[in-house]
Amino acid sequence: MITVEQLSKHFGNVKAVDGISFEVEEHENLVLLGTSGCGKTTTLKMINRLIEPTAGSILIDGKNILEQPPEILRRGIGYVLQNNGLFPHYTVAENIAIVPQLLKWDNKRIEKRIAELMEKLHLTPDYLNVYPNELSGGQQQRVGLARALVADPPVLLMDEPFGALDNVTRAKIHAEFKALDELKRKTIIMVTHDVQEAFELGDRICLMDKGKIIQIGTPAELLFKPANDFVSGFLKEQRLQLEFRAIRIRDIWNWLPPAKVNAKAGSFSADSDVWTGLEKTKFGESANLNITWKEETKSAGFEQLISAFYQYQSNKRA
Amino acid sequence: MNEHQQSLWEFMSQQSDKLLTQTMQHIGLTFISLFIAVLIGLPLGIWITRKKQFSGTILGIAGVLQTIPSIALLGFMIPLLGIGAKPAIVALLLYALLPIIRNTYTGIIGVDAAVKEAALAMGMNKWQILFKVELPLAMPVILAGIRTATVTNVGVATLASYIAAGGLGEFIFGGISLNNTNMILAGAIPAALLAIIFDFLLSRLQKFNFKKIKTATATLPLLLILLASLYFIPSAYGGKLTAGFTPEFMGRQDGNLGLQNKYGLKIHTIVISDAVMYKAAYENQLDVISGYSTDGRLKAYNLVVLKDDKGIFPPYYAAPIVRQDALKKFPELEKTLNLLAGKITDSIMTDLNYRTDYLHQSPEKVAADFLRSNSILKPSRNGNSGIVRIGSKIFGEQYILASMYSLLIKGYTDYDVATKTGLGGTKICFDALTNNQIDLYPEYTGTGLLAILQPSSKAIDSLILDKNKTYNYVQREFEAKYSIEWLKPIGFNNAYALMMREKQAKKLNIKTISNLKRYLESK
Repeated sequence: MITVEQLSKHFGNVKAVDGISFEVEEHENLVLLGTSGCGKTTTLKMINRLIEPTAGSILIDGKNILEQPPEILRRGIGYVLQNNGLFPHYTVAENIAIVPQLLKWDNKRIEKRIAELMEKLHLTPDYLNVYPNELSGGQQQRVGLARALVADPPVLLMDEPFGALDNVTRAKIHAEFKALDELKRKTIIMVTHDVQEAFELGDRICLMDKGKIIQIGTPAELLFKPANDFVSGFLKEQRLQLEFRAIRIRDIWNWLPPAKVNAKAGSFSADSDVWTGLEKTKFGESANLNITWKEETKSAGFEQLISAFYQYQSNKRA
Repeated sequence: MNEHQQSLWEFMSQQSDKLLTQTMQHIGLTFISLFIAVLIGLPLGIWITRKKQFSGTILGIAGVLQTIPSIALLGFMIPLLGIGAKPAIVALLLYALLPIIRNTYTGIIGVDAAVKEAALAMGMNKWQILFKVELPLAMPVILAGIRTATVTNVGVATLASYIAAGGLGEFIFGGISLNNTNMILAGAIPAALLAIIFDFLLSRLQKFNFKKIKTATATLPLLLILLASLYFIPSAYGGKLTAGFTPEFMGRQDGNLGLQNKYGLKIHTIVISDAVMYKAAYENQLDVISGYSTDGRLKAYNLVVLKDDKGIFPPYYAAPIVRQDALKKFPELEKTLNLLAGKITDSIMTDLNYRTDYLHQSPEKVAADFLRSNSILKPSRNGNSGIVRIGSKIFGEQYILASMYSLLIKGYTDYDVATKTGLGGTKICFDALTNNQIDLYPEYTGTGLLAILQPSSKAIDSLILDKNKTYNYVQREFEAKYSIEWLKPIGFNNAYALMMREKQAKKLNIKTISNLKRYLESK
């Protein structure tokens, strides 16, 4: 658990971060969202002490981060940068091995761990001995992720991790990101300016502006209970898609028609959002999905999902 | 052309021992200084990336150092470090500093900020970031700086011979003084080759897979030390007394070659420029030097001339030389110029030179003072019946003589005077005279014989020991060949001379060159 209390960072007269407080639960993924210059990156970098705060404190699992030397602190926190920050003079394997070497792991353990991560991140072992400039952007970002995860740190900080990627690659990596079991055990703080990405990947979103937190909550809370006009204004443009993203299948469960299991349909998790379900029925292998929740299984297609979504919406407003 | 190349090749094989020594010294000098410059410049360059507020100052100072002309920088070093290797190495390393500091700074500053941030965020400490990230990534830029410094140093190291540090400059500057093209090329071609070779090797190193930096960081210092040690191999010398001779003196029959042939003098010798030679003798860096017998510094530094008892140095009696048509045009001229004949002895001329060179009095004042004390100074008549044009070579003694003639002509005749002083050298002065650009200038009998007339060596041998024979010969030949008249000698003999500190010469009881030889051979 990460606790941020009254954290401020002033650069001269500019209050980049202005007395913010929030908590991140264990294994939660908190997204810091906002426009450029809102203070989200500064906040992130204060957590691994790349930037020292002007005032306030940060605790990880109840322990003030100032209590240990910054190098030691950082070796226990994974960090992923927008431009990956891979060492151009190190091979992929050497890049991933940096933190384990700092932690003085023996070579066998390092090799084993690298092989494991390469497989999880869909990188073939051929890439082990190539240099980063020979990789595609998506592959570089995967290596960057592997480097951050290699020592299995409990906390992962990500600074616009997918910002430099094209849309196709980004969608692919998002999917992998969500599926990666390693990440499910991590407490993650991710910075982005992309609302879609925040809604897709974040358990909770912390919307910031001018160094202050405007609202912190689940995607649905931001969408349906905006704290003020700034929040609703920020989300206005992509609202429909965001609503599909913010609402999960289990939320609309009651409005899905009770139906028998379709033998041809693929199975689907009720924890997924509606948008993903819609995409699957429209472009997936079959037009119907078997969804199981609380030991009950329903089968639904594109129309059933849309209809249930609107019923849920109108019911909510009423 | 073919013949020319042949003789260059012959010269080089003849002098192969010297050539090898000089090349070794040259490489050694270049790399000792480079090695020290890297030792200083690299940490300094790294330091200013950490303390950016000092970067401007440090780079500024290094930049200014590089703008100091190399000769001047070598000159500054002498009072601090004497002559020889030390000041040369310091001067060279000062030149090498700027490219090394600047490229280290730019190289490290230029490392991708994201990479540095990643290194920091992964928990590297500042030393790990420096050695594992910044230096390896900046290495191509740093090597480019070292490469620049190396090539510069190979060039500047030729000047080290001016302060007796050896190197290929000995041939180059000796060749220039002696007007010996083969000698110049024997120094210049290897120097140029060294620059090209080192530039090429370093460019290879630069392209060398810097990712495998461990090998590069290990080999580079090793290579530098190895090359630097070349300087010490040939310089294992010693001896009772040390002589410093100019490159010109080294190569002349009436110089070091004569000392070896006629006297059999064997003395540990280093080559040095005459600009610093006297001072070096004064400061006990050298014991015997080759100077000019009327040089003012002789007096300034308490040096004495050793008597040339076997007469190997030809007489260099000074006398005005005048075109014959000028003597006809200005009938009063000869009589007036001869007012000075026999008036100035060696010691008087030394004193006059001392006043200009060392006390920094103007040549005009020195000339006027001398004429006044000899009661031959007359106020100017402001005459206007024609202008006599007086020339002089580009050193103090000639300025003084030109001023004296100018004052005499103005005081004793109705002619006006135009002076064209500071004509580069013998050839320029003489050409100006024969081409009717000037009417007269002071010349020396030895120069007239050896530099202008250049008779056969047999003729020289028969003339050279006798000052009257030499004078008569040049007088006769100049008249016949160029219609130029040698007037009466002024009196002093500005010949080559060996000199020592007065105190040391007295203590060792050395008065003549033969005494010197006997002392060196005694145990």
